[in-house]
Amino acid sequence: MMGIDPITLIVALITVSTPVLLAAIGELVVEKTGVLNLGVEGMMITGAVMGFVVAVNTGSPTLGFLAGMASGMALSLIFGVLTQLLLSNQVATGLALTLFGLGLSALLGVGYPGSTPPVVSDPFPAAMAEIPVIGPILFGHSLVIYLSVLLVAAVWYVLGYTKMGLIIRAVGENHDAAHALGYKVIRIRLMAIMFGGACAGLGGAFLSIVRVQNWVDGMTAGAGWIALALVVFASWKPWRALLGAYLFGGVTALQLRLQAAGIDIPVEILAMSPYVITIVVLVIMSSDKSRTALNAPAALGKVFHATG
Amino acid sequence: MTGDPLLSINNITKAYPGVVANSDVSFQIQPGEVHALLGENGAGKSTLVKMIYGLVRPDSGSMTFRGEAYAPPEPRVARSTGVAMVFQHFSLFEALNVAENIALGMENPPPQRDLAKRIREVSEAYGLPLDPDRLVGDLSAGERQRVEIIRCLLQDPKLLIMDEPTSVLTPQEVEILFHTLRKLAAEGTSILYISHKLEEIRALCDEATILRLGKVVGNCTPRDTSAAEMAELMVGKSLATPARDNAELGEVILKVAGLSVEPSNPFGTPLRHVGIELRAGEVLGIGGVAGNGQDELLAALSGEVTTPPGTITLNKTPIGDKGPNERREMGILCAPEERLGHAAAPDMSLVENALLTARQRKNLADSGFVNWGATRAYAEKVIADFDVRTPGPDNVARSLSGGNLQKFVIGREILQDPTVLVVNQPTWGVDASAAADIRQAILDLAQKGAGVIVISQDLDELLEVSDNFAALNEGRLSNVRTTRDLTMETIGLMLGGAHDMHDLDEEAIHAEA
Repeated sequence: MMGIDPITLIVALITVSTPVLLAAIGELVVEKTGVLNLGVEGMMITGAVMGFVVAVNTGSPTLGFLAGMASGMALSLIFGVLTQLLLSNQVATGLALTLFGLGLSALLGVGYPGSTPPVVSDPFPAAMAEIPVIGPILFGHSLVIYLSVLLVAAVWYVLGYTKMGLIIRAVGENHDAAHALGYKVIRIRLMAIMFGGACAGLGGAFLSIVRVQNWVDGMTAGAGWIALALVVFASWKPWRALLGAYLFGGVTALQLRLQAAGIDIPVEILAMSPYVITIVVLVIMSSDKSRTALNAPAALGKVFHATG
Repeated sequence: MTGDPLLSINNITKAYPGVVANSDVSFQIQPGEVHALLGENGAGKSTLVKMIYGLVRPDSGSMTFRGEAYAPPEPRVARSTGVAMVFQHFSLFEALNVAENIALGMENPPPQRDLAKRIREVSEAYGLPLDPDRLVGDLSAGERQRVEIIRCLLQDPKLLIMDEPTSVLTPQEVEILFHTLRKLAAEGTSILYISHKLEEIRALCDEATILRLGKVVGNCTPRDTSAAEMAELMVGKSLATPARDNAELGEVILKVAGLSVEPSNPFGTPLRHVGIELRAGEVLGIGGVAGNGQDELLAALSGEVTTPPGTITLNKTPIGDKGPNERREMGILCAPEERLGHAAAPDMSLVENALLTARQRKNLADSGFVNWGATRAYAEKVIADFDVRTPGPDNVARSLSGGNLQKFVIGREILQDPTVLVVNQPTWGVDASAAADIRQAILDLAQKGAGVIVISQDLDELLEVSDNFAALNEGRLSNVRTTRDLTMETIGLMLGGAHDMHDLDEEAIHAEA
């Protein structure tokens, strides 16, 4: 249809999806421990601006990614201290964190729009990326993309097959029982929150350094909220989060190409289509209430107060 | 028994702000002994065992375990020393399977496949059949308790603490449990058995320590002591058994037919074709192990869940589609099991809580405006008539002890002169004297001609108050039987519950039918 090349579309969708996927897989682990952090958007955009600033100033994208992770983690730690140690309400604190992150990133990013970040080299030699069809799809990406898929696999394995994963699930299922058995509920949750923050920050840094290669105020444009929706869409299962992220990315990449091809649909409708489709899929997936409830961590969003 | 004690508790004291949970408590447990810790709710039993298990640290005093100083800073240490505990409210994870739940309670769990094998071995050795791959959310209360017990047994404990283990079991399950515990004791494991059920302690325990208000008030050998003597030590006074004159039953006032309800959560139980006929002046006891549809039945009767109109009729008026407020106006009042959050709003005052259910029948609101004077007067009347211990009606519901709040909740409904009163677990977690008051109030209400449905897991309570008895098992209600000639065995068969007893259960019901 009007010259949309399926191979470049797939390559683009993988790039578009990765920030959302990273944030979603981090939030998935956080929610598995029973914590609902609605501050994903704020952590992502803080990661985006810090990653961009550090990458531009040092000339090292790796340092940029690390800075993105560190800033996301730092922001999540604020959330962690407030909700886990000072027992504040998770929903309100998470929303505040998003607002805080949006404001903070706008401040930190003053003067940076239009700067050029260093080029990120790909891990595979260019010759491999020139293999027809599978070359660009499998070997033409930056390291972070491979890392994101590995991360999904690692989270899937750890949650399902290790003692650590069992403890994470137990804490999210019934924190009082986990406490009675002697597990450190608050410590486990704080660590998960920081992991989630690092993932969201890395996702943000990838967005500014690799995908857009620029800093624009408010550039995450709701990606953090999509990540939160994806966790529910995925019924807290890592591989389904990957599927959901690629579906969202696919629609986004497709609508950008449809815009470029000058198709006769208003740009605004095309631009909103990924969000509309995400909502529709979410509604369909969640319509079987009992099945979703079965997978949801039972202690999600509940305040844990250790009583001797 | 002579020799060195396994565990000795020396002058333990633990105070919380405003309350001394344990004051100068001392006792000893010998190896292989079944030791009872007896006391009312709030006597300090739970705090004491939490200290032994390392969840709470004593303010002063000491413990020795096998002759060595013992002060576990956390449960991990207690477990590795050889102390295991089965909790009163199960510390299980519903969405995880049996093997995963057991692995969580072990220090170094073997891989899942080996663990599953060991679970099967141990569960068969002690007569507690259990499938390691099943989700705990799908198990009955008795089976869940087996999970906890096996989790403990896999650690080879020297001391097993059981906190109120029989409160959720059928009589048959209690027998199985006692059999297991006796076997364990014979093998040299000591058991610290916490309960307020005197007959159980007399049947099982070698020694008993009795606590009242945080202090040891006596030691006895349960086999040589009568239940009445122990009760007096425990409560500090003798108790009157609730009683009423034999009442004539009147017309059928409430009729439930073909009531089927889907549960509101994935681990709930659907109700299947429940039929009830309640007469004026009748107390109908509905027994059953928790999770067999009690919450769903209460929700359907109170109107929280609506059903086709004809399934529930009050004085021949179909009301199945009516909501709670309409039913209150017509005279069906309910006191649900969960006091904080269901029967009462935890952070609202008793005055406000009185308004919440008594508004219609007591005319506490006029054209949308609350008559606070009348509401306060009503709350004060409930507090006075039901001996609710609270500084005043402006205290929030959360600040009352369980027993006092329960008296308030029950009193609030009874003083509205209901035609039909439905109560779920009226005396759960309530101390013996308050429980006796509540049961007497239920009987007095029936004496005045109201119909009362008492849903409870406490069979002694049901036998004490009810005229007729039915059992709820997996959402189905058994035939109604008169309470007079019921034995514990028959009731046990009616309750079923344990999955390995199903065949027996079916046969018994067919034989009776």
